[in-house]
Amino acid sequence: MSIALTVNGVARSVEAPETATLLDVLRNRLGLMGTRYGCGLEQCGSCMVLVDGQPVHSCTREVGTVARRAVTTVEGLGSADKPHPVQQAFLDEQAGQCGYCLSGIVMSTKALLDRNPNPSRADIVAALDRHLCRCGAHQRILRAVERAAATLRGAA
Amino acid sequence: MNAPVLPGSLVENPRLDRWIAFLPDRTVRVATGKVEIGQGVVTAIGQIAADELDLPLDRVVVLSGNTDAGPDEMYTTSSLSIEMSGGSVRLVCAEVRAKALERAALRLNCSPDDLTIEAGQFLQNGAATGQDYWSVAGEIDLSQNVTGTAPVKPASAYKIVGQSVPRFDLPAKVSGAAYVHDVLPENVLHARTLRQPSRGATLAALDEAAIRRAAKGELQIVRETNFVAFVSPVESVAQAAAVAAEQHATWNDVRPIAPAAQEAAWLKDQPAEDRPIGAPPSTTAPKNLAQITVSRPYVAHASMAPSCALARYHDGQLAVRSHGQGMHPLRKNLAAALGLPIEAITAQHLHGAGCYGHNGADDAALDASLIAVRIPDRWIRLQWRREEEFAFEPVGPAMLVTLHVDLDGKGRPVDWTTEIWSATHTQRPGSGSGYLLATEALANPPPEVKPADPTEARGGGGTRNAVPIYDVPAHRILHHLVQRGPVRTSALRGLGALPNVYAIEMLMDELAAKAGEDPLAYRLSILSEKRARRILELVAERANWKARSTGGSGQGLGLALARYKNRAAYAAVAAAVTVQETVKVDRVWAVADAGLVINPDGARNQLEGGIIQALSWTLKEQVKLDAQGIASRDWDSYPILRFTEVPEIEAELVDGAGNPSLGVGECTVGPTAAAVGNAVAHALGVRIHDMPLTRERIMAALLKT
Repeated sequence: MSIALTVNGVARSVEAPETATLLDVLRNRLGLMGTRYGCGLEQCGSCMVLVDGQPVHSCTREVGTVARRAVTTVEGLGSADKPHPVQQAFLDEQAGQCGYCLSGIVMSTKALLDRNPNPSRADIVAALDRHLCRCGAHQRILRAVERAAATLRGAA
Repeated sequence: MNAPVLPGSLVENPRLDRWIAFLPDRTVRVATGKVEIGQGVVTAIGQIAADELDLPLDRVVVLSGNTDAGPDEMYTTSSLSIEMSGGSVRLVCAEVRAKALERAALRLNCSPDDLTIEAGQFLQNGAATGQDYWSVAGEIDLSQNVTGTAPVKPASAYKIVGQSVPRFDLPAKVSGAAYVHDVLPENVLHARTLRQPSRGATLAALDEAAIRRAAKGELQIVRETNFVAFVSPVESVAQAAAVAAEQHATWNDVRPIAPAAQEAAWLKDQPAEDRPIGAPPSTTAPKNLAQITVSRPYVAHASMAPSCALARYHDGQLAVRSHGQGMHPLRKNLAAALGLPIEAITAQHLHGAGCYGHNGADDAALDASLIAVRIPDRWIRLQWRREEEFAFEPVGPAMLVTLHVDLDGKGRPVDWTTEIWSATHTQRPGSGSGYLLATEALANPPPEVKPADPTEARGGGGTRNAVPIYDVPAHRILHHLVQRGPVRTSALRGLGALPNVYAIEMLMDELAAKAGEDPLAYRLSILSEKRARRILELVAERANWKARSTGGSGQGLGLALARYKNRAAYAAVAAAVTVQETVKVDRVWAVADAGLVINPDGARNQLEGGIIQALSWTLKEQVKLDAQGIASRDWDSYPILRFTEVPEIEAELVDGAGNPSLGVGECTVGPTAAAVGNAVAHALGVRIHDMPLTRERIMAALLKT
């Protein structure tokens, strides 16, 4: 069936079963490859996107449940040439190794900073604890979130 | 003049054009056989080339892991990339720079000594000449072999080497498509496999109709003896088919596994090849024997992404895209497995999730290729399922290590025997010790090979870092190489270094206590290596070792030291812990000596990553087995260290003091585990010898006090 949703600010209509996962639709129907498959079980956070500003595991979320809602992926924040301040902060801190976990973490960071522009270290840890990083870039990632918060506060 | 000794990579790939090309867009392409696995090696290779050629970094393009145009440097392993590939690229660039200057000097009718290079432009006594690399490139014969005779720059002349240049690959990774997983060629077919549960298992029945009903879409089922794959234009259809297939397949001759085999203690009673290494057996009876036994269970690579590969077979040519650690070895292994001539295969590396060693990447490439040759002219994108990744990746072997150390009257070691029980640390395909996984499912599976470990000359496997860094008059190893482990084992970051350093450094603390001395002072009293002393003293200073409490209070501070493989980077680590029912690591300090560091921030990133991964192994990780094989098949049953559990880390590199570069990626792993083990012992007053240091083991240890 045809499902209408807004992806990165653009109204899209996709032909997909309602039970298809949002991750599958983003990657295979809309060609948005920045959202990653890690486990399919909501355990690792690699697939995190925003639905109406809230972080959501796209690997299990059925696309039918996000009809007419606003979905944001890393591509909606910025590009390699024009990164969003959150993405830029991750680059400035070199906050990653293999990087596979990062796009999900970037999205959770965006959601955190939207609701709390001045998070404590504990707030950040709590917001990111549902993400796994196997390379051990955690401390850099925490610093990147703090840097992004400072940048965005300065820009506001 | 004697010919210089060339790095192995240049001996194997002597032609300059395997390494370097001048491109029409006024960039220079430098090639490496080593690949990016999250460690930043491609950026570091670019830095080395840019400096040696006097080019800005943005004029250097690095081609990595390409069988068509790049050198064969085997696998990206053992923290050797900067030493081997970096050293080779440096010599090649120096030689090509000299050749370019010669050509320019001929044109300008001057001596090459009158010329300098700035940003690729050739200057004569400081003035522009209109000549540059690209104007003379056509006259440089890059089909010649490298001689290694052109002088390389002194470290004092480096402008880009030694700078914390940002990684080339990260911008794409935080903003969109970046991995082999993200490549979707036109008309791509998605594929999943049903794995043979064990070597020798035979597929008695497969209810294809039931699988098709579950898949709910266009589906091809590829069957070849005991290899089964599900192929569809729709990824979710292929996935659903493979998930359903688990319920609709009947296997015979599955090898049962004894669940007790998941513990390291199981190794001791298994048939093993006994390998004595080092000093001959002691002829005198020990006078004052100290002993310790430690263990580490099977641990997983547990990459964030399941293994993935793309393959296309067209006109007798097979093109492969893979995130494996070596494209040239992969090409050879695929040729053998598929019965294709090696010339018919090209392989290009694309990024994957961090692998930390030999995981399923190569196996996925064969899976994709097997399907591609049966469904030609279409790109096949094969991805493992998450549970398949956990269940079928080769895991890091469990190890049991016992040290028997005879002491002199002052409590110093005089005779030391290290006894090690472990399955093999290498079953890399093509190395003679292992195969691509799916070959075992095909007709005529390859014979089981006698297990082998990496040789001592290559740093050993189970024996890696078994030789203590301290002054020990007589040291020998008795390595019991267990012949058949319960599951496939292979290389995982550090190989045997973690359990061996854990044993040595835990014993050091015990020997210090026996002698009534401070653990730091005791170590220094038997440590002649100056570079090791320096970093050990520095880490103690950073951790304020002087203020260390008497212990037993639930708060602990421990330290440990090793030189990775006894020949790569030195690392000293201190850890502060709080132990209640579980171990909380509060803070970690690390100081490393890696000689000349190409990219300091990148190297620190590697130190930090090694520390966190080692903490995770030490505190939390164990691959669980049941009768069917690996039972821990998701992140709940295989938990790793989380954001809430990661300590503050201060990782520091001392200046290289003119020493050559030493690989840094694995050096913190052993010292981190041992520093935590010692800190826990300091906190509790009792030592925990078996990893991981779980709540159950803490409680059992506390009951003993």
